[in-house]
Amino acid sequence: MADEALFLLLHNEMVSGLYKSAEQGEVENGRCITKLENMGFRVGQGLIERFTKDTARFKDELDIMKFICKDFWTTVFKKQIDNLRTNHQGIYVLQDNKFRLLTQMSAGKQYLEHASKYLAFTCGLIRGGLSNLGIKSIVTAEVSSMPACKFQVMIQKL
Amino acid sequence: MNYPLYIRSAPTENELKFHYMVHTSLDVVDEKISAMGKALVDQRELYLGLLYPTEDYKVYGYVTNSKVKFVMVVDSSNTALRDNEIRSMFRKLHNSYTDVMCNPFYNPGDRIQSRAFDSMVTSMMIQVC
Repeated sequence: MADEALFLLLHNEMVSGLYKSAEQGEVENGRCITKLENMGFRVGQGLIERFTKDTARFKDELDIMKFICKDFWTTVFKKQIDNLRTNHQGIYVLQDNKFRLLTQMSAGKQYLEHASKYLAFTCGLIRGGLSNLGIKSIVTAEVSSMPACKFQVMIQKL
Repeated sequence: MNYPLYIRSAPTENELKFHYMVHTSLDVVDEKISAMGKALVDQRELYLGLLYPTEDYKVYGYVTNSKVKFVMVVDSSNTALRDNEIRSMFRKLHNSYTDVMCNPFYNPGDRIQSRAFDSMVTSMMIQVC
């Protein structure tokens, strides 16, 4: 696996590149977050195919969420999710106290208003990964104090 | 909802018969998967083994964690083909499918048009037939 700095720096460039095009009128400003999320979605689909190639078959939804929190998160961000909570009715909250894509940004409230731009791709990553495992979901993220953040996954029952 | 991402057969005459067999075997695959969920035995393999034998053919199945089903129909008279050979053929298919998934020109859900995938399948079929 490549050094994690590679993905981190590339991701940052992606976000700023996309917003620069928005300023120049090439892309509507509101669409940037959607574009980042969609990018993450496609990446998540491919990644999950690779990562689950040699794993045993998943038992149920919780099994899949645990996989995302442990193996998937470790392979992508070199650490596990710190806390997984669920209401057992299709809502999961994944808490990362030191989210790798935010640690270089701030250690508190500075730059908080920009945090959502740097979380969109990862939301898509989770949504894409779950989608390829047969789970339709909506993933959102919130930050109150960097670099801790929470990803909320809402499973859509078909 | 099941639709084929890729289907190849040899010989190519009577191709419809093979299409039909694969289609009916999907029910057996779904049965096996749901049975696994409730089974006491912790059978969590991706390889499903022999789905059902007919007079002339044997049908094997394999389902990935991403719910993609691979079905192989082999001539019954081919007794030389061992179970572990079938397993390794499914592994090759799974590995190639993973590569297809990571190809930026592939849109998930589309029919597979990768030449690399085609040639892998061709070489596998040549080895068997």
